[in-house]
Amino acid sequence: MARIFAYITHRAGIIDDSAAELLSAANKIDPAAAPTAIVTGSGAELDSACASLCASYAEVWKLSDESLAYPNAELVRKALVNVLPPGSIVLAAHEHFGIDLAPGLSIKLGAVFASDLLEIEGMEGLLLKVVRQEFGGQVSAHVQCDISSGAVLTIRPGAFKALAISPANGQVVDRSADVGTLTAGRRYLETVVAETGDIDITKQNILVSIGRGIQEKDNVGIAQDLADALGAAVSCSRPVVDAKWLEKSRQVGSSGKAVKPKVYLACGISGAFQHLAGLKGNPFIIAINKNPKAPIFQVASVGIVDDLLELLPELTNKIHEMRKVAA
Amino acid sequence: MMETIQSPAQATYWLVQGRELFLSIYVLGSACFFYIVARRLAPLLRGERDFRFDRPLRRLRNVLQFWLGQWRHPRYRGAGTIHILIFAGFIVLATRAFWVLALGISDGFVMPGLSGTTGHVYGIVADYASTVVFLCMMIAAIRRLAFTPARYSVPARYGKGHPADAIFLLALIAILMAADSLFQGSKAAALAQQGRTAEFLPVLSLPWIFKDSLLSTPLPTLQSLHLGAYLVHGLTFFFLLCYRPFGIQFHVETSLFSLYFAKLDRGTLKPVRWGVSDEQLGQVKSFGVKKFEDFTWKHMLDFYSCADCGRCSDNCPANAVGRPLSPRFIGIKARDYAFQHYPMFGSSANGKALVGDIYSEDEIWSCTTCGACEEECPLLVESIDKVVDLRRGLVDDGDVPQSLQRPLKALESRGNPYGKMEKKRADWAAAPQFQQTCAVKVLNGKKADALYFVDSITSYDDRMQAIGRATAEILHHVGQDFGILGAAERDSGHEVRRFGEETLFQALRDHNTEAITASGVRRIVTADPHAYNALKHDYKDVPPVEHISQVIARGVKTGTIKFHPVDNQSDVYTYHDPCYLGRHNHIYQEPRNVLDAIPGLKRVEMSRSRDRSFCCGGGGLMLFYEPKEEQRMGVKRVQMAAEAGANVIVTACPFCMVNIEDAIKVAGLEGKMTAIDLVELTQQQIAQKDPKAA
Amino acid sequence: MEILVCVKRVPDTSENEIEFNPEGNDIERDELVYGVNEPDNYAVEEALQITARVGGQVTVVTVGGEDDEEVLRREMAMGASHGVLLADDAFSGSDARSIAAILQAFLRKGKYDLVLTGVQAEDGGAQVGGMLAAMLDYPFASLVNSIEVLDGRKLRISREVEGGNREVSEIDLPCVLSIQTGINEPRYVGMRGIRAVASVPVPTYGVTDLALDPNTVGETAAKVKRLDYFLPALGNGAEMLHGSREEIVARVADLIAAKGGLR
Repeated sequence: MARIFAYITHRAGIIDDSAAELLSAANKIDPAAAPTAIVTGSGAELDSACASLCASYAEVWKLSDESLAYPNAELVRKALVNVLPPGSIVLAAHEHFGIDLAPGLSIKLGAVFASDLLEIEGMEGLLLKVVRQEFGGQVSAHVQCDISSGAVLTIRPGAFKALAISPANGQVVDRSADVGTLTAGRRYLETVVAETGDIDITKQNILVSIGRGIQEKDNVGIAQDLADALGAAVSCSRPVVDAKWLEKSRQVGSSGKAVKPKVYLACGISGAFQHLAGLKGNPFIIAINKNPKAPIFQVASVGIVDDLLELLPELTNKIHEMRKVAA
Repeated sequence: MMETIQSPAQATYWLVQGRELFLSIYVLGSACFFYIVARRLAPLLRGERDFRFDRPLRRLRNVLQFWLGQWRHPRYRGAGTIHILIFAGFIVLATRAFWVLALGISDGFVMPGLSGTTGHVYGIVADYASTVVFLCMMIAAIRRLAFTPARYSVPARYGKGHPADAIFLLALIAILMAADSLFQGSKAAALAQQGRTAEFLPVLSLPWIFKDSLLSTPLPTLQSLHLGAYLVHGLTFFFLLCYRPFGIQFHVETSLFSLYFAKLDRGTLKPVRWGVSDEQLGQVKSFGVKKFEDFTWKHMLDFYSCADCGRCSDNCPANAVGRPLSPRFIGIKARDYAFQHYPMFGSSANGKALVGDIYSEDEIWSCTTCGACEEECPLLVESIDKVVDLRRGLVDDGDVPQSLQRPLKALESRGNPYGKMEKKRADWAAAPQFQQTCAVKVLNGKKADALYFVDSITSYDDRMQAIGRATAEILHHVGQDFGILGAAERDSGHEVRRFGEETLFQALRDHNTEAITASGVRRIVTADPHAYNALKHDYKDVPPVEHISQVIARGVKTGTIKFHPVDNQSDVYTYHDPCYLGRHNHIYQEPRNVLDAIPGLKRVEMSRSRDRSFCCGGGGLMLFYEPKEEQRMGVKRVQMAAEAGANVIVTACPFCMVNIEDAIKVAGLEGKMTAIDLVELTQQQIAQKDPKAA
Repeated sequence: MEILVCVKRVPDTSENEIEFNPEGNDIERDELVYGVNEPDNYAVEEALQITARVGGQVTVVTVGGEDDEEVLRREMAMGASHGVLLADDAFSGSDARSIAAILQAFLRKGKYDLVLTGVQAEDGGAQVGGMLAAMLDYPFASLVNSIEVLDGRKLRISREVEGGNREVSEIDLPCVLSIQTGINEPRYVGMRGIRAVASVPVPTYGVTDLALDPNTVGETAAKVKRLDYFLPALGNGAEMLHGSREEIVARVADLIAAKGGLR
């Protein structure tokens, strides 16, 4: 079996949650394998990341180069191509960096590519059987990949539960010398931070979150009324921001904010993965949707099939009632 | 005999003889006027064609009713009365004006046919007329300065008001009246001083007042006054003549033509291009109005004729709720554009896009096509066609708001704006419990006498399906053999057309027409006024269509429908006239007859009712548009119902129902106000047939 | 600037419930409505706006069959000057890598300054753009939400990263970008526009025209194969609440109070 590598992203020396998930995914491909973590960057932050990874990975390859201080996928790809043995299996998280890096990496390595994997069922001969989703999460599909010449696989963040692993006491291997001269046709300039707006949804305990099901801008008030009654805030999924019904600062999701509320009311939200990716910390999810087959019902704690435009005002009234009694 | 005082023709004005002076003034003034009018006509010659020369007798009737008869004016009592008086005065004084001017060239001129008694009688009438006009000028000026009606104000985003100009014009007309009266009065006073008979001046008329106050004025002064007044009159007359085309007063000249060429087929929409059949439309390079010259000549004439009275905007629901639309300024801005780009001297600069320049996109999309503006306008200016043409231009260029693109795409692929599947269109009739009591035929192969055209919202919306079922039950009750098209039915396309997507509309229309024809029905009935209007006016070659309220009213009249009394005697009902049933199609009374036939039902009228009804917010695609407004139209309407003392609003349109029910919630009147459709109420109150008698 | 936009015809599944066909190996497609993949449409609009600013033409290309021509025509109705169909029996069953190879073969025939794709299609793969760039050795950026043309054959782009932040970079032309929805407001295309381009020729290129080795594309070359579709197990899904709305509302209110507390 080919060697398995897990590319780990980090920020300010802190490794991403996906590190544990990639370990778990690698385990599904080959339970006997000890995957190697591979990290790029430079300076003390990189060292710190490597040190953290040693707790779970047996071997950590450090690729340090000044040009890699900011993770530019174009440069990282070149570095990896220079360093990885032929036929390797590379795992990464399917988020904005993985999306940027992985497809091109598979071509340069001559390896097969499969993205956004939910499950890895295991090997059947030379073929790896995996599970993906299509049509916005409405159907699942079994897919087989010929990994005989290597593979680049991205996994859906949160899909692979971290394994209980005994500390690995990993070794850091410095492969920086093999990285080669790194230049690319794309040069990082800066990161423009999103405006926070008047409400910071990342600090809220309870979120009333709305999706396409709210139907029109005028109905946003219905959610706001409930949020006011609860002492909560209104957040939303991407389509609401695209339609300009709420500002970007209210968006929960992989391209929006990561939120950690205790209670999350998903109203008229279908449950597309990109949105759910923004929910951290295992909140209690109450899903309200007209469509009984909406994917959100698979991940919610409690589900209600109803018209949110009717249900929310009644819920708001009930909350007001409860407050009066309590007062 | 020696003349007491010289007449203007004979007198010498600063070394020039009167006759020559006035001849020059008249020739120059007229030449000026004709030049100005020619320049004003220039854009009309570049405008699109408009077929307005047919049915001359009907057009003359319009002229008699709306021009001579000032039919629309009394809708605003105060301003209307003043205007009727002024207009009547002008009509009477037209002859007088000509007569007076002729005197300047031809001394002792007498108007043909007005010698002798007729002339004297005319003189008296004319004298009072000019007095009335003069007084009206005073009243109008005071009103304009001290009691300006709100509808005259010009919000900053539309430009600036012209109060000084308005007073200036009123003053000029007053001067005209005064000059003529002084001209007469001074001569009469002179003759009186010499003990000679003067032209009879009726008591308390303006000329009489002048005469009376000049009785002791020395003759030379009278002479100067007489000649001076005449000169002032002539100059003022021609100044006014040449000044009017520069502002709203141009309507004095253009109104006659505007009213003659007014649209005869109200309720219809102008075709994309006159003279181009639907089949030939593919060859037209550009749809709609993008630049000024894309307007038809008649629409340009409308811009000139607009008197800026503000009645349209005063009744426009979009304007009332703070949307960026004011029908008045659609016209005035275009007129100012024409004035600016077709100047008196120099070449015309034109061809710029109007939307983005004088109009904003939101302005154009805000219109619900309710027709309140057209109902009000004394000059029969057509606003809806202009908005639709502007929308056609935007659609042609792909400038459609994102929120409308989705339903349009769904209409194209699924035949309804919700994107729901065609095969589910008749599901509302297939609910098992309903099927047992009221089986609804689907006309795929089966035959029926009438077609119940359901249209999209009643077919797919959970709440509105109740209207569909109630309508079916009523049709059964009156014994009407009917069926529905089911999955073969597509959206009527009524709003699609009014939102400027003509091609998609025609596809929907052609599909429906084929299905209707294939079904072999002889009549069509619908509960949706938008579908009713489409089938009546936008569709060709389909059987005659009725609205369900007409069927019910007929049933009430013939006794087929009998009602039992209302349960709650304390409820107060009010009927809200849907725009496309009432204003556009004049069906006001039938729904009221139905309500009045229900025993114990207390009904009140809102102050805005019948042709002054206030739009609920619009239907079809308008439900998907996100307007910038301060308030919802529906909320205003619900407040009007509350003010009238009602707690039940009866509507006869599914879109009104959506908007009103929504508005009740938004206005915080849940529990205090309810809405019910006419068919639901009818179905509820129909006396059950005696089971023994069946 | 010559811009090539790769588009795909996909079923519109947002309003429709997905059902499986009787054989169980695909979704029931008979009553689905197809249209252009939404992110691709944003990409075409972006390309049109760029050429409106700096001049040039937009070409749209798709890999498929006869049925797929309609999306080319729709994008041409939107304003693309040329549409190209890459069709051949040999292409059927291609995986993403083969699709990219087919597009690469077409690109070699022309000279394009910029290649755009939508960020992903209905299969959620988000792969063709990145693969194509690597095959061509062009720089690549995904999740692009703004493009500014600079002097000297360069663009300033921003990418959508976590937290709603934007990662701003400079990228050399020629390059490949995958475009995220919301980058602009696509213009409306109606039936009239589509009819107007109905007779514009859309050239079709097959394996031979593109000088492709048939063994490198299609079913036989595919290293990734979808085996089936199935509904995800609902086993550990939500506890569905039943009852009257009043009962449900009361239950939900209690749950919120219990789990989150009311402030």
